[in-house]
Amino acid sequence: MDNENPIEVKQRTRTEITLKQLRKNRTAMVGLGMLIVIFILCIGAPIFAPHAPDDVDLDRGLKPGFWSKDGIAGYPLGTDNLGRDILSRLLYGGRVTLSVGFVALAFALVAGTLLGLTAGYKGGIIDSALMRIADILFAYPALLLALVVAGTLGRGIDKAMLAIGIVYTPQMARIIRSAVLSIKEMEYIEAEHSLGASDWRIVFKHVLPNSLAPLIVYSTLMLATAILDAAALGFLGVGAQPPSPEWGLSLSIARKYLVTGAWWAATFPGIAILISVISLNMLGDGLRDALDPRLKGGTKI
Amino acid sequence: MKEYILKRLGLLVIVLIGVSIITFSLVRLAPGDPAVHLAGEHASPQVLENIREKYHLNDPIYVQYFYWLRMALQGDLGRSIESRDLVINEILERLPMTLELTLFAIVIASIIGILAGVISAVKQYSIADYGVMIGALFGVSMPVFWLGLMLIYIFSLQLGLTPVGGRLTTGIMLERITGMYVLDSILTLNWPAFVDSLKHLILPGFALATIPMATVARMTRSSMLEVLRQDFIRTERAKGLSERSVIYKHAVKNALIPIVTVIGMELGMLMGGAVLTETIFTLPGLGKYIADAILAYDYPVVQGFTLFFATLFVVVNLITDIIYVYIDPRIKYEG
Repeated sequence: MDNENPIEVKQRTRTEITLKQLRKNRTAMVGLGMLIVIFILCIGAPIFAPHAPDDVDLDRGLKPGFWSKDGIAGYPLGTDNLGRDILSRLLYGGRVTLSVGFVALAFALVAGTLLGLTAGYKGGIIDSALMRIADILFAYPALLLALVVAGTLGRGIDKAMLAIGIVYTPQMARIIRSAVLSIKEMEYIEAEHSLGASDWRIVFKHVLPNSLAPLIVYSTLMLATAILDAAALGFLGVGAQPPSPEWGLSLSIARKYLVTGAWWAATFPGIAILISVISLNMLGDGLRDALDPRLKGGTKI
Repeated sequence: MKEYILKRLGLLVIVLIGVSIITFSLVRLAPGDPAVHLAGEHASPQVLENIREKYHLNDPIYVQYFYWLRMALQGDLGRSIESRDLVINEILERLPMTLELTLFAIVIASIIGILAGVISAVKQYSIADYGVMIGALFGVSMPVFWLGLMLIYIFSLQLGLTPVGGRLTTGIMLERITGMYVLDSILTLNWPAFVDSLKHLILPGFALATIPMATVARMTRSSMLEVLRQDFIRTERAKGLSERSVIYKHAVKNALIPIVTVIGMELGMLMGGAVLTETIFTLPGLGKYIADAILAYDYPVVQGFTLFFATLFVVVNLITDIIYVYIDPRIKYEG
C-alpha cells in the first residue's frame, strides 16, 4: 500500500515525522509528562495549595509531616521554621524558580538568536567582533558570571533573570551561528539569492526554520541549567529575597535548622528542583535524539 | 603548530583586554559612588576628596580605566572594604584551598566517571548500563548546594563520620607549605593531619564532583560506543585478542581524547560549583570569598577577583587547547 501511494508518504512534513519519533521516545515522553504535571501544580498553586504560602504561626514551627506522629493534620510535608506549610510554599515557590529560568532563557533566546543570525549570516568583521565578545563572556564560568552580574545589579528575581539571561546569550548565539553557517552554503539558499530574495526573507523563511532543531534541543537543556542557576542565586542570597517561597532561598533558610534534626524543610525544595531539572533533561535528551541524531551523544554545549 | 599558538596568544590578549573592560565597567556601573565604596559610608568629605584624587575618580572614565589597568598589571587589585587587606594577597591566600578542592573533585569525577562510562558502554543495554545512565541523569540535574546539605545531614549530623565543615580540626598542627592541607600533611609526613584534612575534604569534594562525574560518564559511554563500532576493533577481535585487551588496551585509549576535553572544560566550570560548595561547607576558599564579597557589596574584591579569575580561566583554557592539539594532531589548528 505504501508503495502504491508514494505521494501520501511524501506529504508528511518534517514536524510530523519528528513528533512521531518523539512520541516513540519513552524518556522524552516521561520527561514531558512530569513537566506538565509540575507546571499544572505550580500554575494552579492557589487551587492546589492547602494553605497560603506566607501563613506564619510560630507555634507550629518545624513540625514534621505525614511520616511522623508529631506531625499536624493538613500539613503533609511539615512546616518550616515560621510554621508555614512546606507543600504550599513548594507550589508557590515553583512559580518563582521556574519563571526565573524561563524569563532568563527567553532573554537569551531572543538576544542570542538575533546576534547569532547576524554573526552567521553577515560574516566578516561583524561575525569576528561578536564572536570575540562571546569569547570574553565565556571567560567566566556561568554561575560565577551570573553571581557577579546579579551582585552588581542588586538583589531580586528581576536581576537574577537578567543576569542568567546575559550569561546564556553567547551560548545561544554560538549555536544559532553554527546552524546558520551550515545552512548558508546550501545550494537552495544560493538560488534564493540569485532570484533576488532579500536578506531578511532568506533569514526568516529559510535559515531560521532550518536552525530550529538545535535551537529547541539546546533551549530545553539550557532551561534545565538556567533553573539550577536560578535556585543557586536564590540560595546564595542574590536572587529572590525573603519572604519569597523560591526553592533555592527556602533551602538556604532551612539549612540553619538541619542541626535541630528538621531535615524536611531543606529536603523538599531540593527534591523539587531536582525533579524539575531531571524532567527537562529527559525531554531535552529525547528531543535531541528525535530532532537531530547528529547531536546524539555529543557534549551538552 | 607555532603559528597556531601565536594566533591563540594574540586572541588571548584581545580577550583579556575585553575582560578587563567588562570587569571595570561592571563595577563602575554598579549603583553608588565608588569613592564611598572605597572609603566607607561614614567617611568625611575631605577623605572622599582624597580618595577621588588618589584613585583618579575625577578624571574621565577611560582615563580611570587605564590607571586601574596599570595598577592591576602591577599586581595591585586594590583593597577590600571589609578587611582593608590587599585583594591580591587575600586571593593568593585562598587559592590553594580552592585548588585542592577542585583538583580532588576532578580526580574523583574522572576516575568514577570513566569507569562507569566504560562499563556502561561495554555492557550496553544491561542493568548496569541503565543504572549508570540513570545515575548520570540525576548527576547532571543535581542542585549541588542541596546535595551538599543532604551529605552533611546524613554523614556528619546523623552518622557522625565526617566534620560539618572547615578544613582541619582545631588542635591538629600542620606546617603550611603549599596551603593544600592534604598535600602539606603528606610532605611533612603528618599522619593525623592527613587523615583529618582528608575527612574534611571528602564530602565537599564529592558534592562538587557530582556534575562533572555524570558528564564524564555520559561522554565516556558515547565515545566508547563509537570506538567499539569501528573496524580496527573488529580486526583485533578477529585476530583473537582477548576481550579485555581489546577494551582496555585499545578501545579506551582511543575513546579518551574527547573525554580529556570534557574534563578540561569541566575544570573551569567547577569554579562555579566551588562557590556553592565552599559556602555550604564553610571552607575559606575563593568561592566563599567572592560570594561573601558580593553579599557585602565589597566592590574592589569583586572587581579584583573577577579580573584575576577570568585571566586564570582563559590561560588554563588555552593551555588545555594546546595540549589537546599536541596529543591529537588530527585536530585542525583553527581558533
